[in-house]
Parts: sequence; structure tokens; C-alpha cells
Amino acid sequence: MQEYTFGKITSRSRILKNRIMNILITLSALLALTPLILIIADAVIQGLPALSLSFLFSTPVPVGYQGGGIAPMIQGSAIMVAIASLISIPIGVAAGIFFSEWPESRISALSSFSNDVLAEFPTMVIGIFAYATVVLATGTFSALAGGIALGIIMIPVVARTAEESMKAVPNSVKEASLALGIPRWKTVIYVVMSTAKGGLVTGIILSIARAAGETAPLILTAGFSNSFVSNLLNPAGSIPYLIYYYGISPYSSWHAIAWAAALILIAIMLSLSLAVRLFAKVRTGLEVA
Amino acid sequence: MMKEDVISENISLQVKLAKMYVVGLKAGYGKEMILKGIDLAIRDKSITAVMGPSGCGKTTLLRCLNRLHELSSNAFVSGKVLLDGVDIYSKQVDPVSVRRKVGMVFQKPNPFPTMSIFENTVAGLRLTGIKDKEKLNAAAERSLRLAFLWDEVKDRLDRPATSLSGGQQQRLCIARALAIEPEVILMDEPCSALDPVATAKIEEAMFALKKQYTIVLVTHNSQQAARVSDYTAFLYMGELIEYGQTKQIFENPSNELTERYVTGKFG
Amino acid sequence: MFRSGNKIDKDSIVKVIASAAALSVIAILLAIGYELYTNSLPSISKFGLSFLWTSNWDVSKGEFGALPFIYGTLLTSGIALLIGLPISVGVALFLTEEVKRSGRLSQSIGTFVELLAAIPSVIYGLWGLFFLSPFLKNYVEIPLNRYLGFIPFFSGTPFGLDFFTAGVILAIMIIPTVSAISREAIRAVPNNQREAMLSLGATKWEVISKAVFPYARSGIFAAAILGLARAVGETMAVTMVIGNVPSISLSLFSGGYTLAAVIANQFTEATGKLYISSLIEIGLVLFLIALVVNVIARALLQRHQIVIRV
Repeated sequence: MQEYTFGKITSRSRILKNRIMNILITLSALLALTPLILIIADAVIQGLPALSLSFLFSTPVPVGYQGGGIAPMIQGSAIMVAIASLISIPIGVAAGIFFSEWPESRISALSSFSNDVLAEFPTMVIGIFAYATVVLATGTFSALAGGIALGIIMIPVVARTAEESMKAVPNSVKEASLALGIPRWKTVIYVVMSTAKGGLVTGIILSIARAAGETAPLILTAGFSNSFVSNLLNPAGSIPYLIYYYGISPYSSWHAIAWAAALILIAIMLSLSLAVRLFAKVRTGLEVA
Repeated sequence: MMKEDVISENISLQVKLAKMYVVGLKAGYGKEMILKGIDLAIRDKSITAVMGPSGCGKTTLLRCLNRLHELSSNAFVSGKVLLDGVDIYSKQVDPVSVRRKVGMVFQKPNPFPTMSIFENTVAGLRLTGIKDKEKLNAAAERSLRLAFLWDEVKDRLDRPATSLSGGQQQRLCIARALAIEPEVILMDEPCSALDPVATAKIEEAMFALKKQYTIVLVTHNSQQAARVSDYTAFLYMGELIEYGQTKQIFENPSNELTERYVTGKFG
Repeated sequence: MFRSGNKIDKDSIVKVIASAAALSVIAILLAIGYELYTNSLPSISKFGLSFLWTSNWDVSKGEFGALPFIYGTLLTSGIALLIGLPISVGVALFLTEEVKRSGRLSQSIGTFVELLAAIPSVIYGLWGLFFLSPFLKNYVEIPLNRYLGFIPFFSGTPFGLDFFTAGVILAIMIIPTVSAISREAIRAVPNNQREAMLSLGATKWEVISKAVFPYARSGIFAAAILGLARAVGETMAVTMVIGNVPSISLSLFSGGYTLAAVIANQFTEATGKLYISSLIEIGLVLFLIALVVNVIARALLQRHQIVIRV
């Protein structure tokens, strides 16, 4: 048998380049994860000291005083997200129904496209829109304006997930329902939607998570307030705005409060994101990217 | 004659003429064992056909010969595959260099769609860093001629590879494999996606190629194996049932299973 | 047919309501454009098209020009892509190639990368302000300035709250999107292409660079454009680390401003019709830029039939 040398076939530079590039690829994956770990770590380190149960339930105090909390902002966020949901869920689900049931229609194509564009849109611009309409009309910054801005931001997310989860319902289910004599409108609203329930719910949760974290549109619509919301037509505080406002202030005690609020917000966002991911996969088999 | 006698007799006789030599090859995915211990000799400068019904492991066997099998998820492989006496699975051997010596043509033609006919042909050469225009042109012409494709494409070498018909694309893939001058060419059912005319052209190319190269041909078409190959191995359920000269396998098989397969009783 | 008139009505009622909702989405988009336009009329009529290339932003004199903000938006987005695209493609490659070895590990890494998208912009801003900015200033900007300061990009006094930091933060923020779409594009490359390249004796990286990339090229490009779309519209993270100074400078280490940031920063303080409408006109410019980039990105994605989840 001849002695065969396989060694010299692939040049050393090719082997080296291969090794380097593969290391770079692994490195970039690690690099991408680093900010996530750092941000969470920072939020925990800086925010945990200021966090306490009373933090969640008390009102803010002036600089230099002890204690205090962000309860009004939590309430403000909750109210505005609620308003936003009231607007976006019906419209979003209805639009999603249209995209999935009548996809051939020209309206569907145009609207679907607009929907996609709106989904990625700078939220600041949506804030300006809400300012130009609601704030100018009512003459004041308000929780209502904030809720409307957030609602517009939520609609595309709800519509897109509604469409996807309804499209995922197998045709056989629809046909079985129609074959039983159930009219189309009932089939769509009761049969298809209940089958797509899981996807719809996860889509709604995702959109709520998105809206809850938005700051830019609120600057121009809800403004800021240190007190609880008593009137929807008054400015309202929110968690993200607080983080911004306190974060850029010159007081280190306020920085700590900002971090604590950030920790709360991160905790909410991450748990919603993770829960939705697990839930969606188990329930509907749809991967939520 | 016992099956083991047939196989060991063949191996001892041909050990000096074997280009590749498979010893105790086991392979599979996860918990599923597809090849259950194959001993096989591949003679030099000839066509060895590997045939058998679907699922018998012939494609897995082929992919073990150029270390492609192990790249699939959950794949495992054990045993030895000797190429000119060197075990390609030994730790000192770089799989990349194995694949340079053992080329492959796939079932569905897979030219690179973003490259021209010329670029496709010399793709392997470019990998080794060869940039010299003359060398590349010469290699391209040589390979395309060997693949019986030169006359059809010589005036349009810069056209995209996807502008060729299926049969032409497959011959392009053969040329591409030839350009790097491998020693063994593995062919995984190369004609199964082609019409009879294209198939005939490729078989014509195979006849010419076997003068210079060792070819291992997997085919589910036993008539093709009979037409083209010098030696035939019959696999069934991951085991080598019979191996020998093609003429003998088809006209006078020793094993009953082989006989039933070649006479078309199952397939 | 045996349907009563009632049931046919209900079918169409549902269709009408659903189509109304769909139409409202189009209407919202159009309304946004309309409102932005009409509310910027005062400054449009005063400055005309020169608004786009005037760099003067003097509140007291009532002179407003959008150039510094357009410059800042494009510069920071450019930096974001320059840094973010390679990392995102690297992540995508890691997840598609490594998945063969350990599916569960790469799936969890994939999930973590996507969690980056779940963190709100303002928290990125907070982290950028307190951690990233001083870090970059001390460990990247000052060394670059000291040794490579002759290059215009690295000249000037490193401040930390500047174009560079904003670009880096944006790069981090676009990674989830760009890597997700790149991953789809890479996954779409048929395995037989990889195997063809392998069988010619190619190393793992050569398979990627010579078989996968050419095939996935346009998909990755679409990913980059969508990343650009995201970067252009980001507000909070940027305004908290960019310095908020309307300056046009080649130095990456100089403070700057973007279209979205100036609105966030100055709107609540703005008085006077001209000032406010100038800011809204900046919003209009942002609207148009975002619209164009988004439409291009969507068209590219549709061509590849890549569905991205919002």
C-alpha cells in the first residue's frame, strides 16, 4: 500500500482562516448576548436597593426625602395601556379577520402593507399625530391622548398576529363548520377565532408589552404627572417616562429610582416575552419570533 | 456457499487492487442503525455499482465514503474506510482533504445559481487558490470535455448555470467535480431526476471516465447497474448481501435475495 | 337557497366591519402624513425646501433648519449598520450552523438574542447613559483619539455622549431584527448547495462564504434595510446618549442630534407657532424617511417571502 499524505491538500492559510472565522462567529453570538446580561445586571445592582414593597404603592416624594414610590406611574401606565387595548384589540382583530378571510381583496393587500409599515414606524411620529389631533383638540396633555397613541402603536401587532393565528386554523375545521350549516359569519367569529384563541391571546400580550415600554409618544401626549390619574383629560405619569425624566436628572437618588423602575419594567417585559414564547409554542405550534 | 465466504474470498483476492476498502462500517442516525457492518472493496479505475431497494443504506454508504454523513445531526459512524491504505476516519486525516480526493455528484443537479457555467466548473479550483487564467481555462475545458458537455456550452461559458437544462446541469456538476482532479467519484443516483436521453449522455460520460477514475455509483435502477458497472454490490437492510463482477451478479447470483432483486421481484 | 335574508345580511355585516377595520389601518397611515403636513405648514411656508439643507437651529432668532438632525440620523444609523450587521450575521450563522451540534443550546441562545428586543428603548438609554457612554469614552474613544486622531472621524475631544455611543447603542438594538431575518435567509439556502461546496473540498467557512452568502445575499440585504428602518426611528435610547447638540461634524466623538431626538427633547419646551411647526416638520421629514426605508424593506422581504413577526 502506498503511504498517502492527506495533509498538504488544504493549505495552512485556508485552515487558519477557517478557524479564525469560526471563532469570530461564536464571538459575535457572545457579543450579542453581553448587553442583555449587562443591562439586567445593572438594573438589578442599581435598582434593587431602591426597590421595596412600599415603592410600588407610594407616591413620589421631593428630592432629598426618603421613601416614596412610583405608584401613580404604575397606575398611569396601566390606564393608558388599558385605553390602548380597548382601541387596538377590536380594530386589530377585525383587521386580522379581514386579512385572513379575504386575502385576495385589494384592500387586504394595501392594508396589510400599510400594517407592516406602521408596525416598524418611529413611535415619535405617532406621538406627533396624537398630539396634533387629540392634544390640540382637547387643549391639554392627557392620559386619553397617551392611550390613543399607544393604541395606534398596538394595532399592527394585534392585526398581524390575529391574521397569522387565524390563517393557521386548518381549512378542514372551517369546512366542517360550514358543512354543518353554520353560516360563514358564525364560522369565522366563533369557530375560527376560538381555534386561534391561543395565538390571539399571545399576540395581544405581545402588543401590550410593546406599548407598556414606549416613551417617546407619551412625551407629546400624556406628558408627566406625579399624582394619580383622576381625570382622563389630565396629564398622566407612566413608568417609561419616569425612567427618562428621573434618569436624565442631576440627582443620584432619582437615578436609583429610575433604575428601580427600570428593573420593574424589565421584569414585566421579560416575563411576558418568555411566557408568550413558551405558551405560543405549546398551544398553537406557531413560533413567535 | 456461505455469504461470509463469498465476501472474504473477494476481499482477499482484490486487496491489492482496491482503491477504497470499507471495513466493518456501521452508520446511522441517533438510535437507528442503517449500515450494520459493511465490508467492501472498491476496485480502481472501474465502476462499482451499489444497488438495493429503498432504505437499504446505499446512499448512507456513499456518504460515508467522503465523510459527508457525519455532518448530519445525530449521525454516527464507526469502522474504517481505507483510501489507498489510509483510513480516512483516522484522527490525523482532515475531512476537507478527503472530500478533495473523493468527489461527489448528487441526485438532483445542484449547480451554484449565482455563478456562471465557467465559474461553476472551476469553483473547486478557486478554493485551492488557483487564479491563473490559463490554468483555469484549461481545466474548465478539460473537465467539460470529460463530462461530454464542452461542445454544448463552449460558446456560452459566461451564461448562468441555471440557463442549462437538467441533464446539462448534471453534466456540469460532473465537470465541476472533475476539475479538482479527484481520485474517486461518488455518484448518488445521478440520473434519477433526468429523462432517458440525458441519462444516456451521462452513462456515456461514465464509460469514458472509468478509464481514469474510480467510480462508485449508487442506483435504484438495476438495469443501469447492469449496463454500466464492472462490479456490483447488493445491499439489503444495511447489510452487504452479495458482491462480485456485474456479469456474474446479474446472470448467476449466488444469493437468493440478490436473484429476486435483479429479476425484479422486489425493488 | 334556504337562507333567510337575515343570514346573508350578517355575513356582509361582518365583512363590512372587518373591511372597515382594515381600511382604518390605511386611513391611519394617511392621516398621520396629513396631520404632519398640515401642522408643519407654518414652517414649510416660511422656509420651503431649504429647510432640508439649512443647518441653522436658532430658537431665539426663529431660524430653523433640519440639516443637523438629518445628518445625525443618517450618521448614527450608518454606524449602527456598520457595527450591527456583521454581528447579526455572525449570530445568524452561529444559530444555523451550530444547531446541528446542540439544538437546545442554540435555541436558548436564539431566544436570548430575541429578548434583546423586549427591552424598552428608554432602558437602553439609561444603561447607555450610565454605563456604555463612560465605558466607550474611556476604553474606545480616548485610545482611538490618541492614536488615530489624525483621522477626521476620531478627531476632537471624546465626550462620551456623542454620535459614536448613539451608533453603538443602535447597533445593539437592531441585532434581534437583523439577525432574525438573516437567519431566515440563511436557512433558506438549500442544503444541497452546502453539500456541493463541501464535496469540492471546502472548509466550513468556505462553504459559508462561497455557497451560503451568495445565495442568501439579497435576503441579508433586506435584513439590513429593515435594521436601518428601525435605527432611523429610535428615539429614547438615542436622545439619552447623543449629547443633543445640533452640530454637523465629521468627528464621531462630537455631540449630535437626530430627527427623533430633537423632537423628544425640545417639544415640551417649544413655544410659538414657528418653533412648534418646525419641530413637527422635522417629524414630517422623519415620517418620509421612515416611510421610504420601510417600504423598500417590505418590498424586499415580500420578494423573498420572508415573514417576520412583528
